[in-house]
Amino acid sequence: MAISMGAKLILPVGKRDHILGSPNAAVTLVEYGDYECPYCGAAHAIVKKILAITGDQLRFVFRHFPLTQIHPHAERAAEAAEAAGAQDSFWEMHNLLYEHQQALDDAHLLRYAEEAHLDTVRFARELAEGVYRERVREDFMSGVRSGVNGTPTFFINGVRHDGSWQMESLLAAIERVMDSP
Amino acid sequence: MSKENKESQSQYPESALEAGVKAPVFTLPSGPDQKVSLEDYRGRPVILAFYPADWSPVCGDQMALYNEILPEFKRFNAELLGISVDGPWCHRAYSEHRKLRFPLLADFEPKGEVAREYGVYRKGDGTSERALVVIDGDGRISWSYVSPIDVNPGADGILTALENLSSKKEAVSGD
Repeated sequence: MAISMGAKLILPVGKRDHILGSPNAAVTLVEYGDYECPYCGAAHAIVKKILAITGDQLRFVFRHFPLTQIHPHAERAAEAAEAAGAQDSFWEMHNLLYEHQQALDDAHLLRYAEEAHLDTVRFARELAEGVYRERVREDFMSGVRSGVNGTPTFFINGVRHDGSWQMESLLAAIERVMDSP
Repeated sequence: MSKENKESQSQYPESALEAGVKAPVFTLPSGPDQKVSLEDYRGRPVILAFYPADWSPVCGDQMALYNEILPEFKRFNAELLGISVDGPWCHRAYSEHRKLRFPLLADFEPKGEVAREYGVYRKGDGTSERALVVIDGDGRISWSYVSPIDVNPGADGILTALENLSSKKEAVSGD
């Protein structure tokens, strides 16, 4: 019967993406995540640790995969991150959202925008008008077509990581790719 | 014919049925008082998602994921049916908890009978494999895939199969 081949990222990392770390890094870690998902919250801390360990050998990309049916605030939070990104503050908002997963209602999103020193009038208007809904949907569909199978789902150099995303396992998988010719 | 006779004479397939084969028809409970038959959907593609059990402890488990992607399946006019050996009351609780908007079928009595007919029953575990089957509008299997039991296969294979189905239909109609 069919053999399981690692699912592959179908949308390559490019200019549309939010990228953390050295642009010349040999290894890219892509995460599809949901801001209201507790597992993604745990993964957020793990990714930070891994980035600290790997230095400029790794770059990290985050794409949205909100599970809107079970996480009522996830879609809005994703749009908030994009709205912050439009004001060059994607990663600040990203961190604030994961640090406050219990508080992702609109009032709190506005507070985070203030904390990140954004133009809050623009931020609020763009959220209300759903300016980034299409962008979040693009991320989501790229995940679906790439075989994202839950949140978080990680891809290491374009191949879905099917092992545990706990620290040791994820770091080991990354290092295996780093060490391969 | 008893199940033991059927098995000893290998009347069940050894492994998952593949493309081209007629999909075994079945009727299963989709709730404590409802039943669903494969033939109810004749004329439309059907996605059968066999999975081992309800209630795995992750947010985006396979059924929740497909629930999220349902609008994409609907674009092909396809119906999604989840199947496990759990009973109808278990399915009802799980479905309500995950707010699922597609039927979960109880392959409960006889246990795993439909999974056996599709070649996707795990005798040792007493559950089905994690298997996907796409059936065309004429009741023929168009694509199938068995995922390792602990790997959620996601939806990309299903969507590709549905696309292939609809482009085949267009080709046949001479557009």
